[in-house]
Amino acid sequence: MPIKLNVNNVAATVDVPPETPLLWVLRDALDLKGAKYGCGIGLCGACTVLVGGHAVRSCMTQVGSVAGEQITTIEGLSSDGLHPIQTAWQALDVPQCGYCQSGQIMSAAALLQRSPHPTDAEIDAAMSGNLCRCGTYPRIRQAIHEAATGAATQTK
Amino acid sequence: MQMNRRSFLQLTALAGGGLALNLYRSPLNSAEAQGTPPELTPQAFIHIGSDGVVTIMARASESGQGMRNMLPMLIAEELDVDWKDVRVQQAELNEKIYGAQFSGGSANTPEGWEPMRRVGAAGRQLLITAAAQTWSVPEAECTTQSGRVLHAASSRSASYGELATKASGLPAPALSSVKLKDPKDYRIIGHSQTGVDTHAIVTGKPIFGIDVQLPGMLHAAIEKAPVFAGKVKSANIDQIKALPGVRHVLVIEGGITPAAYTPWEPGMEPGIAIVADTWWQAQQARKHLKVDWDLGPAATQSTDGFRKKAAELLQAPPRTTVRKYGDVDAALKSSANVVDATYEFPFIAHVTLEPQGATAHWKDGKLEMWSTSTLPGDGRSLVAKTLGIQESDITTHMMRSGGSFGRRLQNDWLVEAAWIAKQIDAPVKLLWSREDDVAHDPFRPGGTMGLKGGLDAQGKLTAWRQHFVTYGDDKHSTSGGGIGGDAYPADFPPAYALYTSSQPLMLRTGALRAPGDNAYCWVAQSFLDELAHAAKRDPLDFQLELLSNKKAPWSSSERDAVGDHEPTGPSVLIPERYKGVLELVAEKSGWANRSKTPGRGMGIAAWFCHLGYFAVVADVGVDAQNKVTVHRIWAAGDVGSQIINPAAAENIAFGGIIEGMSHMGQEITLEDGKVQQSNFQNHPIMRMRQAPKIEVYWRKTDFSPTGLGEPTLPPTLPAVSNAIFAATGKRIRSLPLQRSGFSWA
Repeated sequence: MPIKLNVNNVAATVDVPPETPLLWVLRDALDLKGAKYGCGIGLCGACTVLVGGHAVRSCMTQVGSVAGEQITTIEGLSSDGLHPIQTAWQALDVPQCGYCQSGQIMSAAALLQRSPHPTDAEIDAAMSGNLCRCGTYPRIRQAIHEAATGAATQTK
Repeated sequence: MQMNRRSFLQLTALAGGGLALNLYRSPLNSAEAQGTPPELTPQAFIHIGSDGVVTIMARASESGQGMRNMLPMLIAEELDVDWKDVRVQQAELNEKIYGAQFSGGSANTPEGWEPMRRVGAAGRQLLITAAAQTWSVPEAECTTQSGRVLHAASSRSASYGELATKASGLPAPALSSVKLKDPKDYRIIGHSQTGVDTHAIVTGKPIFGIDVQLPGMLHAAIEKAPVFAGKVKSANIDQIKALPGVRHVLVIEGGITPAAYTPWEPGMEPGIAIVADTWWQAQQARKHLKVDWDLGPAATQSTDGFRKKAAELLQAPPRTTVRKYGDVDAALKSSANVVDATYEFPFIAHVTLEPQGATAHWKDGKLEMWSTSTLPGDGRSLVAKTLGIQESDITTHMMRSGGSFGRRLQNDWLVEAAWIAKQIDAPVKLLWSREDDVAHDPFRPGGTMGLKGGLDAQGKLTAWRQHFVTYGDDKHSTSGGGIGGDAYPADFPPAYALYTSSQPLMLRTGALRAPGDNAYCWVAQSFLDELAHAAKRDPLDFQLELLSNKKAPWSSSERDAVGDHEPTGPSVLIPERYKGVLELVAEKSGWANRSKTPGRGMGIAAWFCHLGYFAVVADVGVDAQNKVTVHRIWAAGDVGSQIINPAAAENIAFGGIIEGMSHMGQEITLEDGKVQQSNFQNHPIMRMRQAPKIEVYWRKTDFSPTGLGEPTLPPTLPAVSNAIFAATGKRIRSLPLQRSGFSWA
């Protein structure tokens, strides 16, 4: 039965079994490739998207459970790539391989939404579900602080 | 220095202390990798539009080391353009015009440093010639600045865009003849340049291998035996074919014969490929598979068995002498104090965050591949050989990958995608699940080291005896499990012996970031710390003293006797550079005045590998439950005269340090030949809350710049181990930490 979705403020209808993970619906049915597959069981956070403003692991989220909810992916975080988190990420050149970074950015965006000036402890709590195999954690932490204070200037 | 891939592999072998001799014992039969390297031309790498936009080809694959910035930056600097006017484009695989295309062994910096700058300078020379001919003035009177040629005497200037058409028709000057800039005039090299893909990454653009999307593309998953090289006897294939979305079910016979030594690319692993409309459907279908496997001889292997056999071999006379000088046994006998210890390290997996996979399309007798290989030439030749087709009928697109760490030097997953593509009539994307990726990794091999160190009455090192029990047959060590006769501290103790013995291993192993060094550094630098404490000396002073007493270096005849090669230039450990990073990190960390309180300690270690020097001090806390927290890390590196892209270099150093910590908590174990780990819950990597504060310092020295990927990793492990000893008095001689009674907080 078709499922009605709202992804990045665009209505979409997909005809997949309702237990299909949201991640694969986004990637394969809607061709939104920003959310990534890393572990398939919610351990790495590479698939993180926002549902109703909250960070969720889309690899563990059945698409049927988010019908009608407001879903935001990295592609819809800003229209111009200038969300304060994206600006800070570019100014500090956070990524190495970059594979985890859309998930990191979505978790960080959700964190700033509920805590505009997070402490290191809050960053630890909010970001420890997102693995970075390359080890960019020091840059991620700094970028979140800079996004919070508006310290990050436009990319070089 | 212009090298082909074969010489890269040799260089890597030397830089890794000889260990890569067997590591890279692969059939390098790519036609382009053979013979004389091509003369590079500026036309191959540089394209200038009439609008002045400069497009520079990135020849190496990108998996996060920053190669798509670094190599084009070298060209742009000497071309004398502004980086903001540069667009970087990924080159396809074509080693006839680009030279060797690979990312491994931290070799792109040393191998690219001179040729890439010369390509840029030759491009600049062509533009000057074009301007001088246009204006009928001597070339010597022309200068360049920010993408323009200037003639001061006549106050004329022209943009590169205006000159591009004329310049492209001129004969390229010999690279050896062009003049290079004085480093003090660099405006790009040594200045941080944001990653060329950073904007695409933070906006979620589809730039990774896993993101490839082609019209009519199908998706594949492969079920393999739980035991290495296990074969399919029978399976419910017809039932699987009837499941939703499933288009093809293919049995892979495979081409591996399990033996005591498993080659670098042993052949295809057997299994069952399920091709479906979506990957999720292929994965769902897998759950219904019922396979009767012939598990074969590898099912007898277990970690317990390996450990028992290693203990036996350690007690027996060593099979092979890698290197020996002085009379080590006599020196130990006459030492005032002998320290005897056994260290062991486990198998671990690469776990790149993007699991292995590739896209391939077989059409009209030609194969097109979208590959994340870091040795794409090898990948193409292996595919050609496996499928029985010509290399010239294969096109390789080089995609960005979600990490390699050595994993994508091996092309097994690429061959699988190509093999599936050739059986069907549609493009296909293969993706391994995380569980596939953990269980079928070419692991970093484990090993056991027996060590004896002698100290005289003054607390000086008199002798070093090391017996490494590794894996393989009598002729070959398993990939990543060899060791060279210059393994530190070789050359420094008055008497030294390095022996190896091997036990059979029917399992694929490979190169994990800083192969060999990622384990041997931990062993050697931990044991030196033990010796320093036994001598009641400060570990830093003890090592600095050792480094001041270099004995006669390994002779050519000794090297030849064990089949090793003569290193040249900076691939030989230079004690002053090793001491330099130790002294710098000691100064920055306040080593001399470190506080000594129960449960908190600092450790120090350094290492030389892949042409680079790196030293680390770790400040570590251990609680009552033996939970370990790394509070701070100070690091000092020496990779020569330039840090080409400073912000990226610091980031890579952060990564090397944090990955080193991850290695300390990981292990792959076998029972009945089956890998016991499956995903990040039992093969963890460090998380944000565990990442320490890190400071990185560079010591610039008068040597040609070298790479950072590998050298930044090894010393963190012993620095943390030694800090745990300082905090608790307990020595970590077995990794992961859990085997020694500790764990990460």
